[in-house]
Amino acid sequence: MSKYYVNKFLFTVDRDPELLRRYKEDPRSLVASWEQSIGPKLNDAEVSTVNFLTDAERDALINHDYVALFEMGVHFFLSLTIFIAIYDEDYMTKSGPLSFQREFAEKLQHWTGKDYPSIALWQAAAR
Amino acid sequence: MATLAAVLATTHHPFYLKATTMPPEQQMPQAPEWKRKVEAYRETLTCAKPDILVMIGADHFHQFFLDNYPQFLIGKAPRYDATFYNEEREFGIPKYVLEGHEELSNFMHEGLMERGFDFAFSHELKLDHSIICPIITTRPDADLPVVPIYTNIFVPPLPSPKRFWDLGRAIREIIDAYPSDQRIAAVGSGHLSLELGGPRQFKETGPDPDFDRKAIEWLSTGNIEAILENVTHESMTASGNATHGFMDLILMMGIAGPIPTAYHDNLDLFHTMEAYFTWYPEGAAA
Repeated sequence: MSKYYVNKFLFTVDRDPELLRRYKEDPRSLVASWEQSIGPKLNDAEVSTVNFLTDAERDALINHDYVALFEMGVHFFLSLTIFIAIYDEDYMTKSGPLSFQREFAEKLQHWTGKDYPSIALWQAAAR
Repeated sequence: MATLAAVLATTHHPFYLKATTMPPEQQMPQAPEWKRKVEAYRETLTCAKPDILVMIGADHFHQFFLDNYPQFLIGKAPRYDATFYNEEREFGIPKYVLEGHEELSNFMHEGLMERGFDFAFSHELKLDHSIICPIITTRPDADLPVVPIYTNIFVPPLPSPKRFWDLGRAIREIIDAYPSDQRIAAVGSGHLSLELGGPRQFKETGPDPDFDRKAIEWLSTGNIEAILENVTHESMTASGNATHGFMDLILMMGIAGPIPTAYHDNLDLFHTMEAYFTWYPEGAAA
């Protein structure tokens, strides 16, 4: 269980233009670097040794798989923001304003009317 | 004692500035109407002639993250930077520097502690769009000192709707007790029904127009009983996964009290219902 760590990935990459560029261009390589040297940082001086990504989480991040991330209960704001940063401009050029956001919603249509996976972190442990 | 000059509760649509300043031929059809409504709303703050703004918002994982996320936090700094890189990138919001008001921040913090609200505090706080969007819409010159207050409407477990109301009531008492002849306005932002990163996002309307209609009615009539009877964390989730920002509008009504607004307006936009409320608890604006 490392929903916290997936959220930390999205939080740290979205706020850094260079990491974001690398996550767009070569997600596999960026995820590997992140796990090695960025994720463990507690701050500039300290490292944290207690978190890790599961294989499913790593795959979802490598594949920009926002449906899987939604279903893992990753925070919706982080997920939406980072994938807008990665895809919005290309979709806009090709298919007009909000086309990425609408495709994102479309791919989650099977959740309409159901209880979404919780974004609360403490509930994930019970699953 | 200080005068509570006005209380404003507004939705914060981060695309307002971009939508209304891009070349007219590229603007959405509602842009001119949106601009007119926002400028009319701005006048409800301008005419109250405030000297200090108490600003209520919520950090959207810009400065605060899950390693340390405060339920309620007050800024106590002499000044505040605003707008993060990823907000400039996504929303086109410019950077600002707002003056703080350390004396009122300190008085507010002590008053909150005395009233059972043990706030987190920050002496180096960078403000996000939850505070800068209402600055852009209601005080674009950004020329007044601010006391920023953040709430958690974002990461469960969230405080209850009743707690937001009670916090608003406490802030009101503290403003009323502030030994100053200055005019204080409280400006806070939140949402009506809202979905982000889920199947109901970016539709033609907000995810729950029925909730939006009721919420506008409750806020504009000062009907806190109906809000506390009908609005729970679960009901807000059912209205859209990011609807909990409504609790900051409840907080603002808490500052005003259970009284009708002097002004309210709304605008049905793609994706959300925008809504604007102003109370003058001490009577008509100056």
